[in-house]
Amino acid sequence: MTKKWTNTYLIPYVLWIGLFVVAPLAMVLYYSFFDIQGHFSFENYLRFFTPIYLKMAISSIGYAFFITFFTLLVAYPTAYLLTRMKNRRLWLMLIILPTWINILLKAYAFIGLLGTYGPVDTLLAMSGAGRRQILFTGSSFVFVSVYLFIPFMILPIYNSLEKLNSSFVEAAYDLGASAWATFRRVIFPLTLEGVKSGCQAVFIPALSLFMLTRLIAGNRVITLGTAIEEHFLVTQDWGMGSTIAVFLILAMVVVMALMGKGWLKRW
Amino acid sequence: MTKKTIIQFDHVAKRFDGEIILKDISFAIERGKFYTLLGPSGCGKTTILRLIAGFLEPSEGTITFDGRMVNKIPPNKRQVNTVFQDYALFPHLNVFENVAFGLRINKLTNKEIEPRVKQALHFVNLDGYQNREIAELSGGQKQRVAIARAIVNQPQVLLLDEPLSALDLKLRTAMQVELRQLQRRLGITFIFVTHDQEEALAMSDEIFVLNQGKIEQSGSPRSIYDEPINRFVADFIGESNIIPGTMLKDRVVSFAGKTFDCVDQGFDEREAVEIVIRPEDLEIKPHGEGLLQVRIESQLFRGVHYEMIGKDEDGNSWMIHSTKSARIGEEIGLFFEPEAIHVMRHGETEEAFDRRLESYEGAGHD
Ligand SMILES: Nc1ncnc2c1ncn2[C@@H]1O[C@H](COP(=O)(O)OP(=O)(O)O)[C@@H](O)[C@H]1O
Ligand SMILES: [Mg+2]
Repeated sequence: MTKKWTNTYLIPYVLWIGLFVVAPLAMVLYYSFFDIQGHFSFENYLRFFTPIYLKMAISSIGYAFFITFFTLLVAYPTAYLLTRMKNRRLWLMLIILPTWINILLKAYAFIGLLGTYGPVDTLLAMSGAGRRQILFTGSSFVFVSVYLFIPFMILPIYNSLEKLNSSFVEAAYDLGASAWATFRRVIFPLTLEGVKSGCQAVFIPALSLFMLTRLIAGNRVITLGTAIEEHFLVTQDWGMGSTIAVFLILAMVVVMALMGKGWLKRW
Repeated sequence: MTKKTIIQFDHVAKRFDGEIILKDISFAIERGKFYTLLGPSGCGKTTILRLIAGFLEPSEGTITFDGRMVNKIPPNKRQVNTVFQDYALFPHLNVFENVAFGLRINKLTNKEIEPRVKQALHFVNLDGYQNREIAELSGGQKQRVAIARAIVNQPQVLLLDEPLSALDLKLRTAMQVELRQLQRRLGITFIFVTHDQEEALAMSDEIFVLNQGKIEQSGSPRSIYDEPINRFVADFIGESNIIPGTMLKDRVVSFAGKTFDCVDQGFDEREAVEIVIRPEDLEIKPHGEGLLQVRIESQLFRGVHYEMIGKDEDGNSWMIHSTKSARIGEEIGLFFEPEAIHVMRHGETEEAFDRRLESYEGAGHD
């Protein structure tokens, strides 16, 4: 009887997964085997391995890597400080709050901030550094992405730091370790799980960014995400767009597998 | 301070947020001895250990280590290692790496580290456990790894915060013996924290009995057991009968409506006192014999002995430990030696107590 009931409860979940996860994936895979004239072919896959697309792939992975790296660099110390704060719930709330605001709104806010004659530009001019193009550069794209992803990195790291038993830290000090040695040999390894889930939570979405790329980087940064958008909305080459999506999905699977296995453990 | 002294507390006080946790603690710890801090939960034992280890700074007073004031020296710069109450073994390292931790911090080479780790594991009877993961160990084994991890650094003082409290009774008793032997073999100072008075009596060279942030009494297990300074110590160290009495003159005390010979002196005439007699010092005699008559009210079999509660004619309760049993409701006689009577003065300080004892025992009391 219980078995039957469990199955009944599963129906909505299975329907959801089937309709919104498996079916789209299957369709993407299906479309990837058709060229722009609608003929079945492997041409798209061959095209992916031409320099244009390979460069795009490398650039995507590179940007995602930098975004993840800088996010981690900011998020880890922040999460650490957070665990030592008096009213950490409040601070945590303040960090989570921006994630409730639509990403497009935030992107437009940054366009205003970073644009020509915007506050940052003006400040730079006043400080004597001179006016320069800030918006529509690779670095502004990384900067804004890092800003957007920071909360998603902080949360898992904060949680693992919270769970870290303070007596491990004391034991390390007791055994003669300096603050840095304690961090490197005890605190960081014991919060690696949080770091890994944070890196996953940032790297995977960063790999497929396209809206933000367009708005902040203009056409200076071309990634797989923007290429998919281009193929679907501009060139109408759904087959090639799907093929790129297939490779993106494969990349994500690889990242998850790597992070799950704990390759960072050897650190 | 003598040459033997390794740690000294001088009028150390500790406050947390204005609340006084330790008040005016002074003591000297000598090299190579086994000390126990004994007291009920919350009395400040861990706080004292943390002051010695360097995790806390005293609010007042000074702590001296090997002749040097160490109030502000951080824990990683002290020649003291701690066995934590929850062991605090690093879960991401195996047994070998846990034990090697302090040596690696001190930048020893692998060649130097390996024999020392093996020797430390040998000391705690864990030969061949190097490659085990921490999660695979039992409570007693974790305990030993924690000790090995501390002693491998050859500290001058080893601090142990209730290390046996998580173990079952049998293992605990075995570990008590092992720890005591280990201390003797290593020849370093152990400062051991426990709330278990039997453990303290069994293991220590010297016991500090703590209560509410104060040292009530310090001394050898024997002297603390035989001559508790006050009601708290008498009660905390083993079972005892504590009865109000009057000191008639030197070596004569009256309680329970009768007059008895005793061995205590140095009191005022007709001073109100409390007398302590340990349950195992009471001997059961037939009704009418002995020094006191009681009616048995309850009896429990405690394994080795019977524990009986009797009431005398004055209404005082007497706890009796005896291998003989009695029937409930039975009238029996109780006999005890003059040495079994210990007289306590109300509100006597430890110094005054020691002075009074020395005045008539000579150098007999230590
Ligand atoms: N960091 C701290 N902040 C505030 N109070 C503390 C702190 N550490 C200990 N205390 C208080 O000090 C008292 C003694 O604690 P502790 O030394 O741990 O006792 P014990 O080890 O004898 O059980 C307790 O009442 C405890 O609540
Ligand atoms: Mg404690």
